[in-house]
Amino acid sequence: MAQAPALPTGFELPLEPRLPRIGSVDQVALEERAATLAKRSIKREAKVFALELAVRMTDLTTLEGADTPGKVAALASKAIRPDPSDPNVPSVAAVCVYPNLVPPAVERVRGSGVKVASVATAFPSGQSPLETKLEEVRWVVEHGADEVDMVIDRGAFLAGRYAKVYDEIVRVKEASGEAHLKVILETGELGTYDNVRRASLLAMAAGADFIKTSTGKLPSAATLPVALVMLEAIRDVYEETGRAVGFKPAGGIRNAKQAVQHLVLVHETLGEDWLTPDRYRFGASSLLNDILMQLRKEKTGRYQSPDYFTID
Amino acid sequence: MTELERQQDRAPVPGGWEYASAPESRELVTLRERYGLFVGGEWLEPKETYSTIDPSSEEPLAEIGQATEQEVGLAVDAARDAFENGWSALPGSERAKYLFRVARLLQERSREFAVLESLNGGKPIRESRDVDLPLAAAHFFYYAGWADKLEYAFPNRKPKPLGVAGQIIPWNFPLLMLAWKIAPALAAGNTVVLKPAETTPLSALLFCDVLRQAELPAGVVNIVTGDGRAGAALVKADVDKVAFTGSTEVGKAIQRELAGTGKKLTLELGGKAANVIFDDAALDQAVEGIVNGIYFNQGHVCCAGSRLLVQESIYEPVIAKLKRRLATLRVGDPLDKNTDVGAINSRQQLEKIQELVASGEAEGAEIYQPPCRLPEKGYWFVPTVFTNVAQSYRIAHEEIFGPVLSVLTFRTPDEAVEKANNTPYGLSAGVWTEKGSRILSMAQRLRAGVIWANTYNRFDPASPFGGYKESGFGREGGRHGLEPYLKFE
Repeated sequence: MAQAPALPTGFELPLEPRLPRIGSVDQVALEERAATLAKRSIKREAKVFALELAVRMTDLTTLEGADTPGKVAALASKAIRPDPSDPNVPSVAAVCVYPNLVPPAVERVRGSGVKVASVATAFPSGQSPLETKLEEVRWVVEHGADEVDMVIDRGAFLAGRYAKVYDEIVRVKEASGEAHLKVILETGELGTYDNVRRASLLAMAAGADFIKTSTGKLPSAATLPVALVMLEAIRDVYEETGRAVGFKPAGGIRNAKQAVQHLVLVHETLGEDWLTPDRYRFGASSLLNDILMQLRKEKTGRYQSPDYFTID
Repeated sequence: MTELERQQDRAPVPGGWEYASAPESRELVTLRERYGLFVGGEWLEPKETYSTIDPSSEEPLAEIGQATEQEVGLAVDAARDAFENGWSALPGSERAKYLFRVARLLQERSREFAVLESLNGGKPIRESRDVDLPLAAAHFFYYAGWADKLEYAFPNRKPKPLGVAGQIIPWNFPLLMLAWKIAPALAAGNTVVLKPAETTPLSALLFCDVLRQAELPAGVVNIVTGDGRAGAALVKADVDKVAFTGSTEVGKAIQRELAGTGKKLTLELGGKAANVIFDDAALDQAVEGIVNGIYFNQGHVCCAGSRLLVQESIYEPVIAKLKRRLATLRVGDPLDKNTDVGAINSRQQLEKIQELVASGEAEGAEIYQPPCRLPEKGYWFVPTVFTNVAQSYRIAHEEIFGPVLSVLTFRTPDEAVEKANNTPYGLSAGVWTEKGSRILSMAQRLRAGVIWANTYNRFDPASPFGGYKESGFGREGGRHGLEPYLKFE
């Protein structure tokens, strides 16, 4: 078993007088800042830019017990061509499915540039033995998943067993091989922004390519303040180590306005370099059609009935 | 070419996702060409006028009266008459009704007032909309509540109104300062003659329309406009109390003028507040607080956190974060909803800021200004940080009243207290730490009227505000804010 250090690599106490590495988060000031940024007024060409970017950043997701190969095939088609009536609308970044649905998804998106992401590690609870989780990760990667969305063991985290959480991420990263690893913190279960920051740093230190807010299975998910804490943690890691980690808010982002607010947040926290699907994703299902509707409104000046947008 | 001009000249502003302009509609406000003086509920045609402008474009907005000594006298007479013939005898519950009405009307007309405040003062619409207007209305609501409860505010002391209050307010928060002055004065049963600042009279003049809508009896509130001469006339006139918010220099002159006259006086003057950041603070939020502390309202805030005291062990990350954050401040059109920093209020103020910044450079401080495109017309100043500042530099102890921050360091809490208190002012201070006990001990040792912990520039009508030493005396806000407008038997 890999030995976890007392503090994650890259975050040991500095010998030089520098930033207190883990640090803390002030709830009131954080929420105020997020609320201020949410009030940015994004209009016209700036809005179209944001909406098209949001489409390209979307991980189109279905995570239901009732998912079937047919449902996933339909979703994949939508991912490749979100708006059949407008060829200018780009493909989304990826489809995100349960492990069993990886093969049909891979089949359907082949050659399109759209990636396949699979949740793994006993999603959504993460309450299974490590070996089972690793087996699952290896299986989805073998079957062609380009990206793995793992969940951290919140039980271990809240019990203060950070080393266990760290160690699991390291092992999953190894098992993922070439596949990109997104680490889901499930912030709704972490309780405080301090914990969100701590878990973010832990995940990045352990090798996460992306950190992701939530499973989408809880009512409290990708809120703006949570996103801001995570973006600030990413910024600290980038400033100190030069390593650029991506961010994926997921859960609760249902309309274009919220997506634009999230983009403003990343734009004003991490800057232009993060305005790319390589470093930023939205985990969403119903969001896409609202964006398409807004895009068409910006182009035609009129809202159209939801019946003009495909439901897949 | 000075260093400053070179910095301002330096183009490339980070490109990419440019936010399209999102201006609030100017049409919400209808301005008259010419405004008189509001005396006894009527518009008095002034003998002299001057022109008030939009500082972001230097375009004239309206002609404003320059009140003479005689006209100020008429306003004071009208206030005296209203005090003696009705207002002072009115039950508190009746006075409260008027104040509640004014508060509600301000809320109803808040968009209109917000646009006007930004137009005439240069402050970003986001601030006038989210800070100035809600707080102005809140002040009227708050003091409306006290009007019929004065005996409970001061038990066994039999509070009585003073008479006529002469009030002079500054240009940084024109309507909010009006509310701070008028609301407690009326709640306590006084009548008022108020002089708004020379550069920002319009919201006070629009407020006269609110008074008419609220059917406030004529003469209870009178507004006289003009420059310092009108203010001086008001101080000398037959008023029972003078309340002044503005510069320390003028405050001292008023105090000399009133010495021995028996008129009551409160002064809310300048400041050079220390914002003290300890190494255990939540850094990203602290940096946000520093920015809000000094760049809010272009730094035209008497309680601005203009001296940053950083614990030396976190100096580098704090400065790095601060500089990065500065680069994302959006300077420009005050009416654009995305603007963070607006226009400097007047040419005179801009020149004062430029002069002090030049002195900082000459004395050896290191200047940082982010790349920033400024509009061609109007009065603008790039948000500025000075590092390597010594206590002896002018920028470390003189009030700049602009978007200019001086950074100093400290090693221990004792040193922080010593440096923070080493100023002729004492209006406000900020403490940033995750340690509750340290907040309490710092609050006890810092000599300032307001001490914010892990936040800055936060105001509430229930909280008294005012300073030590050259920052003035008397308190505004809260129950304390009633006292300067009352006498006790």
